Amino acid sequence: MMGIAAGLTIGGKIPFASTFANFATGRVYDQIRQSIAYSGKNVKICASHAGLTLGEDGATHQILEDIGLMKMLPGMTVINPCDYNQTKAATIAIADHVGPVYLRFGRPKVANFTPVDQKFEIGKALMLSEGTDVTILATGHLVWQALLAAESLENQGISAEVINIHTIKPLDDKAILDSVKKTGCVVTSEEHNYLGGLGESVARVLATHHPAPQEFVATQDTFGESGTPEQLMEKYGLNNKAIEAAVLKVLKRK
Amino acid sequence: MDGKGEDLFFLSNGHISPVFYSVLARRGYFPIEELNTFRLINSRLQGHPTTHEGLPGVRVASGSLGQGMSVAIGAALAKKLNGDDHLVFSLHGDGELQEGQNWEAIMYAAGNKVDNLIATVDRNGQQIDGATEDVLPLGDVSEKFRAFGWDVMEIEDGNNLEQVIAGLKEAKSRTGKGKPVCIVMTTMMGNGVDFMMHTHAWHGKAPNDEQLATALAQNPETLGDY
Repeated sequence: MMGIAAGLTIGGKIPFASTFANFATGRVYDQIRQSIAYSGKNVKICASHAGLTLGEDGATHQILEDIGLMKMLPGMTVINPCDYNQTKAATIAIADHVGPVYLRFGRPKVANFTPVDQKFEIGKALMLSEGTDVTILATGHLVWQALLAAESLENQGISAEVINIHTIKPLDDKAILDSVKKTGCVVTSEEHNYLGGLGESVARVLATHHPAPQEFVATQDTFGESGTPEQLMEKYGLNNKAIEAAVLKVLKRK
Repeated sequence: MDGKGEDLFFLSNGHISPVFYSVLARRGYFPIEELNTFRLINSRLQGHPTTHEGLPGVRVASGSLGQGMSVAIGAALAKKLNGDDHLVFSLHGDGELQEGQNWEAIMYAAGNKVDNLIATVDRNGQQIDGATEDVLPLGDVSEKFRAFGWDVMEIEDGNNLEQVIAGLKEAKSRTGKGKPVCIVMTTMMGNGVDFMMHTHAWHGKAPNDEQLATALAQNPETLGDY
């Protein structure tokens, strides 16, 4: 499918190639690398069923490595929207972007909270809630969880800034640095392995420009398993409670 | 060069880049002198062909084997979508057909009636580690393509250019009839050089100066413009 998509671009088409994230990345990595990324083809890889929240099908279908695989490819744009409205807006936006794109989204029904008419700007992080004590950078399904965590932290007198990092590559370095310079610490949250994901990209930006304590809400170098999405997010530490705990931990390191 | 309103060629077995570059240069895609930069630093003539350095005539990178069939099918589909009646040609090594991706693509092309595609197979029976039939037997390649729903032709002597040209003309007349067209060309690796024929030993090796002189002496009709 990826090879045929690469060929379609040669006649000027903009193919949107879609399947489960595991089969849209890991299974066809070499095809994406040679025929799409290295060849500079205008293919939009739209991957559903990313991460643990695929649920009962288990680890064969739950990919937690895809962001890493795709962000390492030169020229590849990597986007992980957080809800239905943002996924729709991103789908439209990537059609206008010339170059290969990896658009990653999930399977379960999740809160649909971004404005229906919000324009999607690739590489431009979205400030969701301003705060002064800690920065929470979240992507995908974890954005909603971050908002829930911020609400609970607010009740404990902790002011959390929540930023939706829908584009992991190119990363909005400025938005991240502006926020962390203000708050002095950061929690990154993603439905992905902590190796190779958003967290590592953020760590690179901070290490280079403004070192600050960081905690990673992500899977800890593990495969997934069968279960309901809620059970899995709980077991693997990917929900609002895990974000709250990470915030309390990072605040102590300031 | 945007892929529209023109025939397209895809080289799937990218490791035969020397002959690909040689033909492209002589058809005017880039200066013949540039052939001397092959595999050197800062060259557009990479070890395996790529679009990355902007070399005219290359449409997609190849080298990691087995991907060219899929890309050629995609380009052929784009032509159909665009109402463009030009054709897509591809060349595949026989050893390369051991890659599973080919057979998914071959199945797809027949199932979707990609009948503006002519895929040619260089059936020289050799690959880097030995004879194809010893490494992983391909058996009857023509029958395999037929079983997958393709219109298959054979060229008895794929080193004979007159036969190749006649075969391609015949293949063109068989396009547009609901089936992708395949030409299996029986060839001899190292044809025309006695010590290079009947062996896989020269699959990925260049001759030394003495061997080159011997080889050229056996082929007086070389181009002489290198």
